[in-house]
Amino acid sequence: MKKVKSLADLKKMKEQFQSNINLREKSEHPEGLVQVKVAMATCGIASGAKDVMDFMITNLEKRNIDAIVTQTGCMGYCYAEPTIEIRLPGQDPVVYGYVDVKKADEIIEKHIRQGELVDGIIPINYETI
Amino acid sequence: MKDIALHIMDIVQNSISAGATLIITAVLEDKVEDNLILIISDNGRGMDQETVMKITDPYYTTRTTRSVGLGIPLLRHSAGQAGGGLKITSSPGQGTSITATFRRSHFDCPPLGDIPGVISLLAGCNPSLDFVYRHVIGKSVYVFDTMEIKEVLEKVPISDPAVISYMKEMIGENLEELLLMPET
Repeated sequence: MKKVKSLADLKKMKEQFQSNINLREKSEHPEGLVQVKVAMATCGIASGAKDVMDFMITNLEKRNIDAIVTQTGCMGYCYAEPTIEIRLPGQDPVVYGYVDVKKADEIIEKHIRQGELVDGIIPINYETI
Repeated sequence: MKDIALHIMDIVQNSISAGATLIITAVLEDKVEDNLILIISDNGRGMDQETVMKITDPYYTTRTTRSVGLGIPLLRHSAGQAGGGLKITSSPGQGTSITATFRRSHFDCPPLGDIPGVISLLAGCNPSLDFVYRHVIGKSVYVFDTMEIKEVLEKVPISDPAVISYMKEMIGENLEELLLMPET
């Protein structure tokens, strides 16, 4: 039987995680982080928000983009789920609707990388507290 | 909701909104009794009996952005469809416990789904909360506990993407092994 990952293995991996974090912290300030919020209420989850969130977390890391991915509740756009909110440093947040893995990929490459807006924006105006 | 994992992700959000700091999820599979039982308990603020009665009504919700709340009705429907049912116990200040029962061999019993993905996401995205996940098949048990993980990690945050994917692999491999164990 193959070896199954355990807490002891995690302990061994800890150093590696820590050094990656140190590297990242040195390169940028926290206020320079891209913030991604995935709407994860019943409506979002039922429409596939989990796959989008999985994709965001793994791919932002793979592509070396410093970002925080968090969950949020229902924003009232149940018809357009899954929805995600992108906030680039120093800019107003933008909300995208009907996001699937393909759309998420486009958002990472165009919006997050190049600051170019992508189709599928839900036009809203609001201030977060 | 396509599977048990997505139901877990959804119901746990209620616990988070109720101010829980510890959320314990258990999946109990029993081939002899032909049962699959999902239990989600939290130490949140709980509900009074009147609210517990109302909560399976899809037109009851505490939110303000929309007037329907489908999480619990969907779970009840899913369980009912698979020859089981839903039970909620709660009291103010004591937390809430939700038990959904499914008949394991039932055609409409939902698949487990991506449990490792859901549990690791919940743990990573809510670093200030603790999650325990227990999976029991017959006499074999696997327990995942973020309190243990955080103790091992020390200063490394549980929300780090590399940690999240590690936890996902760890839960996945352990559950796979659990499935290989003899059931009786």
